[in-house]
Amino acid sequence: MAVVLFDGFAFGMLLFVLSVGLSVTFGLMNFINLAHCAFGMLGGYVAVVAMRAFGVPFLLALPFAFLAAGLVSVVLERSFFRRLYRAGGLNQVLFTIGMVFVAAASFAYFFGTGQQPIVLPDYLQGYWEVNGLRFGTYRIFLVAVSLVIAGLLVYGLEHTRFGARIRAAVDNQRVAQGLGLDVDTIFAITFALGAGLAGLGGALAIGIVGLDPSFGFHYLVYVLIVVAVGGLGSIGGSFVAAALLGIFDVAGKYFVPDMGAFLIYLFMVVLLLVRPLGLFGKR
Amino acid sequence: MAAETITSGPAATWLRKRSRISAIEIVFWLAALLPFVLLPSYLSLASQIAIAALFALSVDLVLGYAGIITLGHAMFFGLGAYAAAILAKHGWGEPLTGLLVAALVAGAAGFVTSFVIVRVQHLALIMITLGLGLLTYELANSFSSITGGTDGLGVEIWPVLGIFDFDLWGYTAYGYALAMLFIGVLIARRIVNSSFGLALTGIRENNARMPAIGSAYRVHLQKIYIISAAMAGVAGALLTETTGTVSLDTLSFQRSADVVVMLILGGTGRLYGGIIGAVIFLIARDRLSDMNPQYWYFWIGLLLMAVVLVMPGGILGGLSRVFRWGAK
Amino acid sequence: MLKKTATAFALGFSLALAMSSTALAEGTVKIGLIMPYSGPFADAGAQMQAGIDLYIKTHGDEVAGKKIVLIKKDTGGPNPDVAKRLAQELVVRDHVDVLAGFALTPEALGAAPVATEAKKLMVDMNAATSIITEKSPYIVRTSVTIPQINYAFGKWAAGQGIKHAYTLVADYGPGHDAEKSFARGFKEKGGEIVGADHSPVANPDFSAYVQRIKDAKPEAVYIFIPGGSQPAAIGKALADKGLTPPNTKLLGQGELTMPDAMKSLGKNADGIVTAFHYTLERKDPLNEKFVAGYEKLTKGREPDLFSIGGYDGMHLIYAALEKTKGDASGDALIKVAKGMSWESPRGPITIDPETRDIIQNVYIRKVEKVDGKLQNVIIDTIKDVKDPLHGAGK
Repeated sequence: MAVVLFDGFAFGMLLFVLSVGLSVTFGLMNFINLAHCAFGMLGGYVAVVAMRAFGVPFLLALPFAFLAAGLVSVVLERSFFRRLYRAGGLNQVLFTIGMVFVAAASFAYFFGTGQQPIVLPDYLQGYWEVNGLRFGTYRIFLVAVSLVIAGLLVYGLEHTRFGARIRAAVDNQRVAQGLGLDVDTIFAITFALGAGLAGLGGALAIGIVGLDPSFGFHYLVYVLIVVAVGGLGSIGGSFVAAALLGIFDVAGKYFVPDMGAFLIYLFMVVLLLVRPLGLFGKR
Repeated sequence: MAAETITSGPAATWLRKRSRISAIEIVFWLAALLPFVLLPSYLSLASQIAIAALFALSVDLVLGYAGIITLGHAMFFGLGAYAAAILAKHGWGEPLTGLLVAALVAGAAGFVTSFVIVRVQHLALIMITLGLGLLTYELANSFSSITGGTDGLGVEIWPVLGIFDFDLWGYTAYGYALAMLFIGVLIARRIVNSSFGLALTGIRENNARMPAIGSAYRVHLQKIYIISAAMAGVAGALLTETTGTVSLDTLSFQRSADVVVMLILGGTGRLYGGIIGAVIFLIARDRLSDMNPQYWYFWIGLLLMAVVLVMPGGILGGLSRVFRWGAK
Repeated sequence: MLKKTATAFALGFSLALAMSSTALAEGTVKIGLIMPYSGPFADAGAQMQAGIDLYIKTHGDEVAGKKIVLIKKDTGGPNPDVAKRLAQELVVRDHVDVLAGFALTPEALGAAPVATEAKKLMVDMNAATSIITEKSPYIVRTSVTIPQINYAFGKWAAGQGIKHAYTLVADYGPGHDAEKSFARGFKEKGGEIVGADHSPVANPDFSAYVQRIKDAKPEAVYIFIPGGSQPAAIGKALADKGLTPPNTKLLGQGELTMPDAMKSLGKNADGIVTAFHYTLERKDPLNEKFVAGYEKLTKGREPDLFSIGGYDGMHLIYAALEKTKGDASGDALIKVAKGMSWESPRGPITIDPETRDIIQNVYIRKVEKVDGKLQNVIIDTIKDVKDPLHGAGK
């Protein structure tokens, strides 16, 4: 039982890292970025290339994934996305879906359609045995990384000057601008942060779910579920939602395997009916 | 119906004017007949475009007119497709009754889910439609003894009206699908140009206001949702009947997403937006994938991005701004 | 009346086009390939295409005085409606002589009626459900069927003294077929299935199912999952819980230890026993030449089950055309294809004259370290296996 909970929690943490960025950009900046997982895919491929072509160790490849996804997103934000902030949800949906198509085709073209195998370092393989219960080492690592990220995000947004600026810029763009805040830059950085986290999530995901050019589509649904259940723009909400979904998914499959595929969707539908704004949604 | 039906006076005249058939529409439907003569080897493609167009039209009724953004409409498409297939599997392959049964089944599902749909808005609404769609997909996979699971079902469909056999070229398929699309458009334009349709648009624009002026907006929304579900079901059944096969794919998230893409591409809330979107999306896809079967979606992606940047509001939206077309 | 006009129209057109096409097609044989070149199964399409390309590259694009022309059509995933339309278009617009490809069962089933109506040879190069060949008298299969491998595998496993096995299969048609046929073979030889689970087809995380298996403490685990990301994912989940050989015997269909999966599994793959019709590492001059040529063509990718299905499918078409002296009509081709036998890189294969399905060896392989590298090493061969389901009223 403890192991099942732990496995679910670890899977949930993977979803958290993948989706928290979307929750921020969607919730705070009101931009529906369906290409969010494409940034995850980008991060994954960057990690693969770094490890395979340049012999970078896995742990070092992770920051590369973060930086690459963040950088690319800044370029795209400056050139395209910011024109769409006021263009309405449907246009954002169409544009970012188009972008997922382009990303998937590009990765298929350059890296082939197959799986990208990476070998995790030995110290991240196998399991730790506690009281006869076996906890996967990589999952422990995943949980640790996500806890650190969640902590940093909450601290950064709530307790730093920059966090205060982001909140101000988002709450009321005009007033923030009037107060002399550079809203444009703040938005760009927020966007980059969100996409960078997706990139990191993509790199972390290879160790559990693998990586191929369909990644950008495949995890979109999961990520959207986390964002909706957690409540838009809430980091704590995304964290709790991801953890709950992971645990629900794994525990559900463990106890009622025949219902395995249903539970996660059923959970979402019921929860959103009771709390349409998600667990911690404010607006 | 809560809103009274107005039959005379200036309001009625205005409604009638709105619903007048324009010359462009006539040209459009005449052009839709051209493939029979000019491009007979593209008839099966044309039939699938007509089916996608009918499906997009059904989504436009809820998304474009009533403002219900759905990412799960394949649920009704697939239910209709399976209804027709299961009926045919059990020995009744008559196509028109197949459509009727499909409409009833999908409409009934629409009725049940409509109670859920009208309770939520925004992201929760999108995600609940998506969740219900995925649940239906998983259910169909579980009941593989009835649905054939991932292998799908192959079925025998009788000739349309007892005369027109479904031929290899697709003459019957296209004629049949086009006729149904035409009927669908007639029904849809009647709905949107009625006082009921206006009430829906009102809900889309400001759903806090409508109850205040005495409009039973939840009932209106439920009604249009059921109509749309039935129409999507007919589209699904058409696909089953013209291809003689059905599979889980008819229920997939991919199909729900594709149809919304087609609709936005063409332009929402314009009746013909979904149709134009389906025509352009599917023809582009067919041509591009013929040229480059492996990476065609790169170009589709660029097309979608370009349309947003150049013509926000979709292709029809862009055109109407350029030429001052349409009902305005 | 209307019907007559329509038919007359259709007839007129097809006649006119047919005449122009025969004039044009004098020296060519057109093969229409219907495969998922894009979408979730794009990799299967790519590997089949590479197998087909390799055959043409090594055997020339001319046979019996005719030039082979390929026309590629993308289905984009499991889309039987699209597959059927593409088959129709290939017949009426492109005037192909042969329909081929078909990575996925629903797509093969969708196109089957077109093959019958147009009287064209249809070569199933991958789709692996038994019933496919029964859906049209013009279908030949050059890949494999799932019961063929797993029924034989079940019997073999029980014969090795394994008494209790737990099965975990992907929750879809092929998975159910695999579970049933493995269990049937296993029980016939006295084995017992102690538990059976189905995991969703697009399952990202296997830890729950693996934990269930661990709790049941079976002697052996049998796994069937589609290729792609899942073999590595499930392998890692098993290793995370210490369910690896020799403590627990792991059995599976060959996808589990396909080259990509082996790379991500690393040492965790050691000792897994799988059954398959094609083994990359099989010591055989024909196979070695095939693998070398393939890796050169694809710049380093290894051939897999899709590649060999495409390669042998092309061989069947070439050999049949040679026998008919270039007559590409469906009736002529299917007649000579029945009973055809040849030596393939996977070993000797035969087309069953009655069912038009493939008869081939099933290899039992075990992952072992050879020269410091993990490989599938053949430890047993079950000769000339037929699909056990044909004619079983399934």
